[in-house]
Amino acid sequence: MPEPVPSTATPSTATPSTSPLTPAGIDPRGPRFGAALTAVLLVGVLLLGTSAAATALLAVVAASFALGVAFGVGGTWQGWLFRRFVRPRLAPPTELEDPRPPRFAQLVGLVVTGVGLLLGALGVAVAVPVAAAFALVAAFLNAVFGLCLGCELYLLGVRLRARA
Amino acid sequence: MGRVLLVVAVLVLATGLGLWWRARNGRFTAVDPRVVEDAEHTPTTGDDTRLTAAEIGAPLGSRVTFVQMSSAVCTPCRRTHAVLAQVAAEHEGVSHVELDVEEHLDLVRRFHVMRTPTTLLVDAHGVVVGRLSGATDRRHALAALASRPDGSRPDGSCPDGVLPR
Repeated sequence: MPEPVPSTATPSTATPSTSPLTPAGIDPRGPRFGAALTAVLLVGVLLLGTSAAATALLAVVAASFALGVAFGVGGTWQGWLFRRFVRPRLAPPTELEDPRPPRFAQLVGLVVTGVGLLLGALGVAVAVPVAAAFALVAAFLNAVFGLCLGCELYLLGVRLRARA
Repeated sequence: MGRVLLVVAVLVLATGLGLWWRARNGRFTAVDPRVVEDAEHTPTTGDDTRLTAAEIGAPLGSRVTFVQMSSAVCTPCRRTHAVLAQVAAEHEGVSHVELDVEEHLDLVRRFHVMRTPTTLLVDAHGVVVGRLSGATDRRHALAALASRPDGSRPDGSCPDGVLPR
């Protein structure tokens, strides 16, 4: 792990930095805790197969992602649980995180689960577990490895958009 | 039972992906020395072998420049920025420039940048000598620096007698 750094990085000497101004930071452990809870729910979806219960549970996950897109990760029920029960038991964070990257990851989650629900509603029953599996891989990588989906996917999106 | 196996398979796959990602992330990859050698003697601009000070909007370091490409939705970019800024401050002739990918899509395409942060290591003549893909820690940055001990070619001259312009 890199050593802890202050949230306001010192710019290099004589180096113009185009890094955007950072909005109020959030505790980076919050999104990872939320991703762990999401992963547990997605395991539940897979265990329920192609039943109506699986679709309902996937809809709960999609709704959570929608909250995260609308209000940021702190605005989800996972974020509330983290603030209420987990963060008081942890040491203060060594660094704060920009809220935009995890919010982008929530959008990716919403798109994946949303497509699964939509196809499921159109009669493609297998789309529900397939979407859950993809979302589970992403949530697991986020929770366990701290992988930042925004970093891996955002630029590809920008490149596609610019080409259009 | 089949569903439990499915869950296990998905988690094993995710773990494998995660380990692979973590092992590669931020590692320094040098450009083929022959390509660098060619670029040093071919004063063309606009291809994927060289960058100019004008293109990055800052003077090149006399030894190397870390050209970091970042995006707003990327937390590791901030950490990488702090690491590279510190390494630049500690070493003579080393400079660090951070560019926002959205404002430099031309460079993103030209250098085939697929993810952020991606950092190009550029020598004093603007020749791209390597890159670090993904979040970079101090170890990675120093390994990149060690690949260019003095910022020039090993013998310090141009064998062909052609000076880079």
